[in-house]
Amino acid sequence: MQVPAPFEYERATSVEHAIALRTQLGEEARFIAGGHSLLPMMKLRLANPEYLIDINDLDELFYITRADDEIRIGAMTRHRELLDSDLLAEHFPIFRDAEKVIADPVVRNRGTLGGSLCQADPSEDLSAVCTTLDASCVIKSTDGERIVSMQDFHVGPYETAVGDTEMLTEIRIPLKAGGGSAYEKVERRAGDWAVVSSGVAVWMSNGTIDDGRVGLAAVGPNTTSIGPVAEALRGAAPSEEFYEQVGEIAAANCSPQTDQRGTAAYKTHLAKELTRRSLRRAVARAQGQEA
Amino acid sequence: MTTTEPAPDTTEEERPIGFGRLLRKEDPRLIRGMGNFVDDISLDGMLHLAILRSPVAHARIVSIDTSAAEAHPKVVAVITGEDLAAQGLAWMPTLSNDTQAVLATDKVRFQHQEVAFVVAEDRYSARDALELIDVEYDWLDPVVDVRTALDADVPVIRDDLDGKTDNHIFDWETGDEAATNAVFDSADVVVSEEIIYPRVHPAPMETCGCVADVERVSGQLTLWCTSQAPHAHRTVYALVAGLPEHKIRVIAPDIGGGFGNKVPIYPGYVCAIVASLVIGKPVKWMEDRTENLVSTGFARDYVMNADIAATKEGKILAVRTNVLADHGAFNGVAAPTKYPAGFFGVFTGSYDLEAAYAKMTAVYTNKAPGGVAYACSFRITEAVYLVERIVDCLAHELDMDPAELRLKNFIKPDQFPYETKTGWVYDSGDYEPAMRKAMEMAGYDELRREQAEKRERGELMGIGVSFFTEAVGAGPRKDMDILGLGMADGCELRIHPTGKAVVRLSVKTQGQGHETTFAQIVAEEIGIPPEDIEVVHGDTDNTPFGLGTYGSRSTPVSGAAAALVTRKVRDKAQIIASGMLEVSVADLQWDKGAFSVKGDPTKSVTIQDIAMRAHGAGDLPDGLEGGLEAQICYNPENLTYPFGAYICVVDIDPDTAVVKVRRFIAVDDCGTQINPMIIEGQVHGGLADGVGMAMMEMIAFDEDGNCLGGSLMDYLIPTALETPDWETGHTVTPSPHHPIGAKGIGESATVGSPPAVVNAIVDALKPYGIRHADMPLTPSRVWEAMQGNHTPPI
Ligand SMILES: Cc1cc2nc3c(=O)[nH]c(=O)nc-3n(C[C@H](O)[C@H](O)[C@H](O)COP(=O)(O)OP(=O)(O)OC[C@H]3O[C@@H](n4cnc5c(N)ncnc54)[C@H](O)[C@@H]3O)c2cc1C
Repeated sequence: MQVPAPFEYERATSVEHAIALRTQLGEEARFIAGGHSLLPMMKLRLANPEYLIDINDLDELFYITRADDEIRIGAMTRHRELLDSDLLAEHFPIFRDAEKVIADPVVRNRGTLGGSLCQADPSEDLSAVCTTLDASCVIKSTDGERIVSMQDFHVGPYETAVGDTEMLTEIRIPLKAGGGSAYEKVERRAGDWAVVSSGVAVWMSNGTIDDGRVGLAAVGPNTTSIGPVAEALRGAAPSEEFYEQVGEIAAANCSPQTDQRGTAAYKTHLAKELTRRSLRRAVARAQGQEA
Repeated sequence: MTTTEPAPDTTEEERPIGFGRLLRKEDPRLIRGMGNFVDDISLDGMLHLAILRSPVAHARIVSIDTSAAEAHPKVVAVITGEDLAAQGLAWMPTLSNDTQAVLATDKVRFQHQEVAFVVAEDRYSARDALELIDVEYDWLDPVVDVRTALDADVPVIRDDLDGKTDNHIFDWETGDEAATNAVFDSADVVVSEEIIYPRVHPAPMETCGCVADVERVSGQLTLWCTSQAPHAHRTVYALVAGLPEHKIRVIAPDIGGGFGNKVPIYPGYVCAIVASLVIGKPVKWMEDRTENLVSTGFARDYVMNADIAATKEGKILAVRTNVLADHGAFNGVAAPTKYPAGFFGVFTGSYDLEAAYAKMTAVYTNKAPGGVAYACSFRITEAVYLVERIVDCLAHELDMDPAELRLKNFIKPDQFPYETKTGWVYDSGDYEPAMRKAMEMAGYDELRREQAEKRERGELMGIGVSFFTEAVGAGPRKDMDILGLGMADGCELRIHPTGKAVVRLSVKTQGQGHETTFAQIVAEEIGIPPEDIEVVHGDTDNTPFGLGTYGSRSTPVSGAAAALVTRKVRDKAQIIASGMLEVSVADLQWDKGAFSVKGDPTKSVTIQDIAMRAHGAGDLPDGLEGGLEAQICYNPENLTYPFGAYICVVDIDPDTAVVKVRRFIAVDDCGTQINPMIIEGQVHGGLADGVGMAMMEMIAFDEDGNCLGGSLMDYLIPTALETPDWETGHTVTPSPHHPIGAKGIGESATVGSPPAVVNAIVDALKPYGIRHADMPLTPSRVWEAMQGNHTPPI
């Protein structure tokens, strides 16, 4: 049995309480959400927080709702709920695509959206999804709240914009007409982290892509949205040749490393191939065809 | 769901008295969570031990400061290698007559080697205190690449051994080199390939551990331990630690998987015994997952250069191989003394050859020691992989169908017993029907047609064939021993007055279902229902001596012992029956469970009646003692040689190189089947194992010798999603020398499946001109091979 170093533990009763505890305890304290990233790291003693603030009782952070032109998801919403949500599946099928290939049912029953984004693992699937969808993150502290884009949220591997006295409470995803999205992942085995994964979202009208984004995981220090892809997508007419070109742009703009999951060359190839596949499906979905 | 054809000798009834699909007797306890594993054992005043391990692969120990750890309020003791050295216990023998450090004294020789241990009041404090020990290391260059381990300028790892000036362990050879070379020189076709079996790990669900309890007054040591071989362990403790053997009791309670990982004696066990001896309290040591993966017995790690010679018509003439074996920092291979390369000599496979020759060099590297029989029957996994891969390479060169090529070269039924060119005597075999059956179940010709069509369309589909012959059930004792202990096994059977029985075994289940199958063997021989037969095993105080369960030896060796001891009891029962029925012994006939008078079936006595008479009032026939029990020690005449034909079908996504195993057909022949359900279970597990090794498992190291496989997120084992619905079948070719004709089945599938999967993947890649690619065939490695960039994994 792997055992963590000693730590103190407290269960927060509200968001305010959680933030107050965090503010009081300082940088040695960590929130614990699903615990499926933090606890393994603590057991391996890669993380040794002195205090854990358990936020699993914060009912106010479990939700998926629609508010005018956006979907709002509470930070404590679990993988399982993201997978099951018909509202998400209707507007952003990329979520269900991704959730089907994240971890296993045991992990999905506990792991949360907030925990996933805050973990900021370069291979994290939900970060790639949120990047793809141009989500923004609501970060709260005793001073109030601020909203940051995914671009600004991740500041490096395992590093986010959430400060020592702050908490991520909500993720907001803009709703725009004509949208379609999809996610593709290659893993060595079910439940493994991505060798590479690629999410694509497009917003179309009259058969043309008005706007589009791609989010890639495991090809650089953070999950990345690739600017040149967005540029290429804008105003483009979809075709197989075009998907291929976009895949090539994605591949040219990532910097994977060789490791046990695969060689850099293979990962670069996957960035291309998976982007091509996601794009093809996203376009089909935007046009009302399930692909 | 799994497709299985019914076994011919199987009754559908749930409770056969004898062989058949009896539900497992151990399962009610295990599936209700009421098993009793080592970590469930808790004794009064028990302390907990944790081991400090080296962070680096090769370094001299400059100093160790334990003062801060000793000051921890819950720490009872901190022990270093120096402390052990003072007692003469810093080193211990390995199963291959090498030595291994219990705790490092001079230097560390692999990353995660044991350096010191802490004993504390709870396991958390023990673990916390490890962080308080300060060790200063003087780094040395590590030897990581097995291919350069013998170069002149590399550091000598084992400078503890007198006069050692290199990293060489042994050279070994088998077969006739000159004759083999002569065949090669005149052969039409010669195909050569470097074939690698990377280092893998048994990774049992339950890690290794023990509870040691030395009783202060009597000096009695009781050791609850994750041991596949409790008797062998006890004797080794007696020989090494000088403890009197009658004062040692080793108990292996429920074991959560062994696969060879629980054959060796690990430093942790010795540390716990020493701690209990010194402190006078029971001490528990239980590895965590990382410790198990990075420090305990690995398997394989062979770089094999293989050559095969044949006529242009596809008659295989000879196989030749040169192997470089990585044994890690200490030679801890579990193999019989005279077989440093295990039973690798069966690399001639299932084929009738003119000549064969193998040469092996084993070396030390700065990696974890081991080389256990990971479900491999002592290196047969490597041997079978070698021959089944190189035969496929030959098929590729000759442009012949791989099934056809095999059929053409099989040893014929009338050649058995067959002596191979490396001196192994295969007891029985009938290979062609097994192969034809597998082909029929697979719809082989149809699959090949489908493949041809798919190839036209650029789709990648592969069909892999393998045919293996296993060699299991070590001894006989004249040829096979481990540390001088002969490989023979005892068995004791006692029938109680009311006709219930207890059978005591020297072997130990780790999930194979001994409590069921051994009850069935006894039931088959004496007619007592299996539920009335208690199977006792895993406790040296309560079972006869024997060498334990590994290399699929339980059924071939102890299974034979169980059958023979039961026959011995039945012979006595017959004499008692003759007295009861007042006829001569020769006038009795045996119908399972009762003796009756020949020609007058109304006059009969059941085994239960006889048991009561054996213990009851009244006279027994002249010269007969009371009681109904016997004990024997079975020394096998030969190994048993199970075999099987496997066919694997894969589809590969040409763009992502992701491999999907679509189908797997396994036809096994393990002779007489005791419990077909358990046999299928063993086969299912082994097949999953094979998919894992072929496609994802590998204990890798970086260039500094850091182990990259320290968690189950890094060392991948397959899940239900990577494995297809197994399609199993069988043929039955009994072993002629085994009393019930049974052969082992525990490792057949692990041995036979990796080549089937790899052959299928390579077959799918034929359009790319690929003839060979090494395991593990991850998507990345498959893709690189498709680009013409195949690189060996080590
Ligand atoms: C076996 C296994 C397989 C996995 N496979 C995958 C996979 O394939 N793909 C994938 O993407 N992920 C995978 N994961 C990770 C999984 O998705 C985790 O659940 C997720 O990354 C973290 O969510 P959590 O709620 O468990 O976070 P926790 O572990 O509780 O927390 C993670 C970090 O976020 C911080 N944190 C949590 N919530 C907040 C908040 N509201 N505000 C500020 N900080 C916060 C914590 O302090 C901690 O530092 C896997 C995990 C396991 C154990």
